[in-house]
Amino acid sequence: MIIGLDVGGTHTDAVLIGKGRILRQAKVATDHSNLFDCVWTCLDKVTRDVPPGTIRRAVLSTTLTTNAIAEAKLARTGVVVSAGPGIDPAGFRIGSHYHCVSGSIDHRGREIQPLREQEIEQIARRFLDEDVRQVGVVSKFSVRNPKHELMMAEIFRSSCDHIVMGHRISASLNFPRRIATAWLNAAVQPIHKRFFQAVKDSLKEKGLEIPIFVLKADGGTMSLEATIEVPGQTILSGPAASVMGALPFASATEDTLVLDIGGTTTDMAVLVRRVPLFEPLGARIGGHRTLIRALKTRSIALGGDSAVKVVDGELLIGPERNGPAMAYGGPSPTPTDALFVLGRAQNGDAQASRLGFQTIANQLGIAIEEAARRVFDSSCEKIISAAREMIDGINSRPVYTVKELLSSYKVEPVEILVLGGPAPFFASRLAQLTELPASAVPQWHVANAIGAAMARNTSEVTLFADTERGVALAPEEEFSRQVGKDFDREDAIALAFDLLREKCLKAGASESELDMEVVEDSQFNMVRGFYTAGRNIRVKVQTRPGLIPEYRELAQSMFNYCLLPEAI
Amino acid sequence: MLSSKTRTGLVFFPAFDWAISPTHPEREERLLYTQDQVFEEGILDIEGIVEFKPDIATTQDIQRVHFCVPDELSVVTESHLISAGGAKTIGVQVLEKNIERGFALVRPPGHHAMRVVHGARGFCNINIEAIMIEYLRQTYGVDRVAIVDTDCHHGDGTQDIYWHDPDTLFISVHQDGRTLYPGSGFQSEFGGPGAAGTTINLPLPPRTSEEGFLYVLENAILPILDQFKPDLIVNSAGQDNHYSDPITNMSFSAHGYAELTKRLQPHIAVLEGGYSIEGALPYVNVGIILAMAGLDCSGIREPDYEPEKLRQGPEITRYIEIVAKEALDVWKQGTGIREDNRKKNKLFQRDRRIFYDTDQISEAQREVVRACPDCSGLLTIDSQTDSGRRIFAIHIPRKGCKECREAGYKAYDSTDVRRYNRIFLQDRTCDQYFSRK
Repeated sequence: MIIGLDVGGTHTDAVLIGKGRILRQAKVATDHSNLFDCVWTCLDKVTRDVPPGTIRRAVLSTTLTTNAIAEAKLARTGVVVSAGPGIDPAGFRIGSHYHCVSGSIDHRGREIQPLREQEIEQIARRFLDEDVRQVGVVSKFSVRNPKHELMMAEIFRSSCDHIVMGHRISASLNFPRRIATAWLNAAVQPIHKRFFQAVKDSLKEKGLEIPIFVLKADGGTMSLEATIEVPGQTILSGPAASVMGALPFASATEDTLVLDIGGTTTDMAVLVRRVPLFEPLGARIGGHRTLIRALKTRSIALGGDSAVKVVDGELLIGPERNGPAMAYGGPSPTPTDALFVLGRAQNGDAQASRLGFQTIANQLGIAIEEAARRVFDSSCEKIISAAREMIDGINSRPVYTVKELLSSYKVEPVEILVLGGPAPFFASRLAQLTELPASAVPQWHVANAIGAAMARNTSEVTLFADTERGVALAPEEEFSRQVGKDFDREDAIALAFDLLREKCLKAGASESELDMEVVEDSQFNMVRGFYTAGRNIRVKVQTRPGLIPEYRELAQSMFNYCLLPEAI
Repeated sequence: MLSSKTRTGLVFFPAFDWAISPTHPEREERLLYTQDQVFEEGILDIEGIVEFKPDIATTQDIQRVHFCVPDELSVVTESHLISAGGAKTIGVQVLEKNIERGFALVRPPGHHAMRVVHGARGFCNINIEAIMIEYLRQTYGVDRVAIVDTDCHHGDGTQDIYWHDPDTLFISVHQDGRTLYPGSGFQSEFGGPGAAGTTINLPLPPRTSEEGFLYVLENAILPILDQFKPDLIVNSAGQDNHYSDPITNMSFSAHGYAELTKRLQPHIAVLEGGYSIEGALPYVNVGIILAMAGLDCSGIREPDYEPEKLRQGPEITRYIEIVAKEALDVWKQGTGIREDNRKKNKLFQRDRRIFYDTDQISEAQREVVRACPDCSGLLTIDSQTDSGRRIFAIHIPRKGCKECREAGYKAYDSTDVRRYNRIFLQDRTCDQYFSRK
């Protein structure tokens, strides 16, 4: 059996899956001030009386790190950067223990100016005095040559608890993002480690020693042990869980728009022939642009529980949520209440909804049904227009080769899949407004938790080789090797696949999950004078986000709307 | 987080899959390290810097500028269309006011491509700046345009296209033609009879450094621009004046390029040449982008930059002072010369030979222009290559008068087609292009 758990902004959902069926599910209101309790309540519910040893894995998607950043509940973190010439690194200051030091490496990875060790030692002493135990060390072009970051890390090793080196978190070229990402990974590490240790211990106490996986922002899983080094990868996994939950029901030949309409927000994403799209460089979180690999998602502050009000004669929906819909005892009218007024939603206090909407109708000077219709339609339209903006953005993304430009694929969703509490109601109206087939994902209210449960491991390896300098380098893997003049693109791909396989298995993947592919490969002849002096090779391979094989059976049974048995 | 002072657009199109030949300077690798530097510096994340996907230029865009022989698609590849399209994208975004300035970091370049195109010259097939400018004139009614060409090689193609156009000020600052390809760009070249003074050449001696470039900027280029009052300033931003460039002999630097851009304040910059792909381009391009965005570029320098070693000698300084002064004289006298010529209302003829070094073609041209009192005058070109191909081309200028227009159509209809492989008519008054054979 497998457990999937997703902490959302409003609710926390968990499912227990086995024999191709959803065996149990649990839903509690998310308490952001006590995430552990709500995670534990859900886990406890779905694992009650389950015999030990029968649960193969548990995949958790939480808002822990995301919230820690939003609420600035972060560990005291030092950041030391070595930039050399270029844009003044003082502008990338992050956290209150930020230091710029000398040293410079160029775009080929050649050392231009050495690091001054005394400078670093001085900062190390200072960090000790200031009780800074988490440190990020970053140098410009460290992914071409990590020498300076390694030297800095060595100096801090004796006095710090956790050191994040820029080249280990991403092989992409972007110094400011590398700084922010290193800082973030260092700053959330203690809280992440504490939290998951507590989850593990509690399960153990219950006699359940389950391998725990954490969902990442790219829709893949990673073993808990592996996340301790890079906890930043687990931010923003919520939207990824929704995408993975919708995946089995999306068209394999066309493009799909996925909408997760939650209580507070609506998350949207696009699948191209059932493959999720990535952010080009990485996630943006709390105003920080990072190199954290993430699915391309967009979130707008509009959900089923968004507060509806009239200000100066204008109808406003959201961005805040004051509580559940009035139909469920909440304080202010919401789009969900609109559904009650329109007679679409049931199993709630429709009278309370009408009461709330009467005020809105009076303020607008229209009939109550008209007010409800306007709220509902305007919510749908806002979602559609945000989705259009996202799709336009994807289609105008620059490419850098003639071939790609001439053949560039235009994303054009032909269907909409909706998840989240009010999914079926929204789906039918969205279908009318967009003239596209729109449907609610089976088990829409827990599909995100199912997505987490079924997600497989994702990993990525970037290999860079410069045969003139005679080096092949996979910075994130701490791998470097000398190569000869004859090392070429094919060798680079083979080597990258070897490294990827190793990385996946280390991250807890099983052989059956290894669906490896090449995402980038380029080889440039480096001509000096009129002769080819070497090759500059850049290769990126990955295991793409997808679902573990068990999903097939489950998707089948979900399609058939199986009844949920209460006992195993 | 950094944010730019000026909303700045960028088209970055390195054409990583296109080369003239594997070891040619204009090859796949050319902008590889520039890309690395631009990405690593995080420039595309700066608030207020926007990257656009390039458009693809159309046949009609080319026909506004060139006479391509035998036709457009025979002399260009997709890469040229994207490069010209990229320049066009930046121009459109500026004119649409989505950005204040923009830089088309594209390849291949275009400033050696003249009005008649039989093949590639100096790595250029079509003139990407001219294609952009004429598109903007056609679409947005832009009138007065100044092009400042800071490539190390004389921008002879752009000069040729605007030789007779008094509404386009072409200023080229380059290494003296006696010491470098294409061997032109002397101060005696100051524009056709009806456009005298709107072509300004500033040939600088080898080893000119920052001091010299900024001197001609302050003492010739900026004062002339000030008087010309352009609606749009375009910079053909070649980067081969750099001290590390392998095919030129100047001593300019990334810092100097950034400073020049900061003071020139072009609306649009378009990459031209520059072949020091590791030692110069990454730094020069970052410097230009930051300067356009109004950001601090004092930290941009090459790893081996030593300004003391690059400083030009006093004799170079004195020579450059004279060049700047003469340029101002040309500018001042130009108005009188062109007014005189136009009053004469006569035909002027120019015979010349043009060599296409990249494609090894030799062309003989006879150009006849009417110095017209009412417009910039009807232009006809009789062009023959050493391979025996001969064409006759008629250009009616954008503001062509009725008389010139009628004469143009008459010439198109009456020229004996048996003497030519093709006859072309480019009527810029109504954006039409015809050819017959």
